[in-house]
Amino acid sequence: MTAPVLSARDLGYAVAGGTELLRGVDVTVRAGRITGVLGPNGAGKSTLLRLLVGALGLQRGTVHLSGSDVTAMSRRQRAQRVAFVAQDSPAEVSMDVLDVVLLGRTPHLGPFAADSPADLALAMRCLQRAGADHLAGRDIATLSGGERQKVHLARALAQEPEVLVLDEPTNHLDVAAQMQVLDLIGAVAATGTGVLVAMHDLDQAARTCDQVLVLDRGRAVAAGGPGRVLTAELIAAVWGVDAEWVSSSRGRTLVLSPLRPSIA
Amino acid sequence: MSTTLTPRRARTGTPPVPRRSRHGRWLAAGVITLAVSAVVATGVGPAGVSPGEILTSAWHHLSGLVPGIEPVANPLSPARDAIIWQGRAPRVLTAALVGAGLALCGVVMQGLTRNPLADPYLLGVSSGASLGAVAVLLLGLALWLPVAAFLGALAALAATLALAGFGGRLTPARTILAGIAVAQACAALVSFTIFASTRGDSYREILGWLLGSLARAGWASAGIAGAALLAVGVVLAAAGRSLDAFAFGDTSAASLGVSVTRLRWTLLTLSALLTGAMVAVSGAIGFVGLVVPHIVRLAITRRHRWLLPLSGVAGATFLLWADTAARSVFAPMEVPVGVFTAGIGAPVFAWLLLRQRAGGER
Repeated sequence: MTAPVLSARDLGYAVAGGTELLRGVDVTVRAGRITGVLGPNGAGKSTLLRLLVGALGLQRGTVHLSGSDVTAMSRRQRAQRVAFVAQDSPAEVSMDVLDVVLLGRTPHLGPFAADSPADLALAMRCLQRAGADHLAGRDIATLSGGERQKVHLARALAQEPEVLVLDEPTNHLDVAAQMQVLDLIGAVAATGTGVLVAMHDLDQAARTCDQVLVLDRGRAVAAGGPGRVLTAELIAAVWGVDAEWVSSSRGRTLVLSPLRPSIA
Repeated sequence: MSTTLTPRRARTGTPPVPRRSRHGRWLAAGVITLAVSAVVATGVGPAGVSPGEILTSAWHHLSGLVPGIEPVANPLSPARDAIIWQGRAPRVLTAALVGAGLALCGVVMQGLTRNPLADPYLLGVSSGASLGAVAVLLLGLALWLPVAAFLGALAALAATLALAGFGGRLTPARTILAGIAVAQACAALVSFTIFASTRGDSYREILGWLLGSLARAGWASAGIAGAALLAVGVVLAAAGRSLDAFAFGDTSAASLGVSVTRLRWTLLTLSALLTGAMVAVSGAIGFVGLVVPHIVRLAITRRHRWLLPLSGVAGATFLLWADTAARSVFAPMEVPVGVFTAGIGAPVFAWLLLRQRAGGER
């Protein structure tokens, strides 16, 4: 077991009016491992991710990065360790792809610093890792959804993070692009980066993640290896659908169907 | 759209960096154009003066500013020297400084609100500053004029953002509608205040504050505009990277280490300060803050590191020539400079609106 690069305990978050979006959630992300955050819409996945990357202020609980408490870090220091790829980045923003990737250097460079040749080279290597170096001279607004997501991934890699956090990175992508992005996330983890990824597709999550955390109405209801956690009972209880693991020549696949009352 | 499954390629060194445009050269070219424009524009007017005379006069006066050095002798007659140094030079310089300031405000407001249509004039900030200035001049409020203009600008900005954000998200369309409402309300109050004070040439004065005029610009105006530009410009120069990080939203900016809320309020307050200083010396000049940043973005770059200085230089050159046209095209009549900036700016605004509609509602 590798050391946790991100460790959060007892996270809670409530909006004005007292509605609790998250309560008592623990998360651990280990170096080189992929942790999935699963749950139906409104379960608190995005809130959890935004708390962990510092886009929302901590109300309850603690977050440690490689053992250091984030409350003792500046925003910049935190951004040097954690990178975030948001769900559905705005598509209409016009900016050169290479400039988008260079945004990832923001926490590492002073306010007056120019992009050094080393920064440019790093940005190009990150684009290459994301399989998007041929797009370097393009305007991101002209790219397809899958290409855009690769560029945002490259931007996050240029942050050189210990932890990469992604919010539903395959949302709105066609199947080929989904597989490329998931493949890429696996490759990032293989280099020792810890990955935390919120996902909708349970079968994809089971294939991609080493560990999963299942949220339901703001609470953690299960955590562990996907094969052990994603049981038919849990899926029926949390998502309200019928699930069955089916073995095929390509491995085990999760087949989902509407909940049938006859099962009871 | 070709999305083929790329097999994981062997890492073969760093791919070549695509050729990047040379922004430094653009900036150098802009500065030279601005300097030449300033000299040429100073020569434009009923009494012709040559560039040589202008440079001689400037050399004489500037050398006198250096302590411990005898001022260089001035071969020009006092009357000709006064035309250059007391009449035209401060006006040309003020026009350039105001143009630079308004363009910077436009860049900052567009970047922070992620709204391509934001500018001090359209968000009502300039009209608010005019109202503050007019209140001091005519109602005898005991406040320094630029301070009153700043407070007016700040109040108008707060009113616009509150009105736009009330009961909904701060969308570009709502922000512009709110800005127009605030601008109209302030303009009406400016007109009413000037009429109610019943002094000589009310119409001309109203036009001067609402459409902008540099007719009364002197060295004091240049000093106020220059000081505000310098103070705010230094902070903006340090904020370039953070402004870039705003492009993909607040969450994305926060995850890149930007203190989103603090940066937004600091920069909006500073742009209100800058607008206030500019309006105090020239009235509410429209469209400079809208048009100039867009042209620089389309033609050269979107990175704020370069967009800010390039827009400043381009705005300075633009307003300098607009004001030269305002005082010379219908000479001896003087046209409010806002007529010329709007004449160029309104079509660009319309084009931006159409383009945005074509691109879909954000």
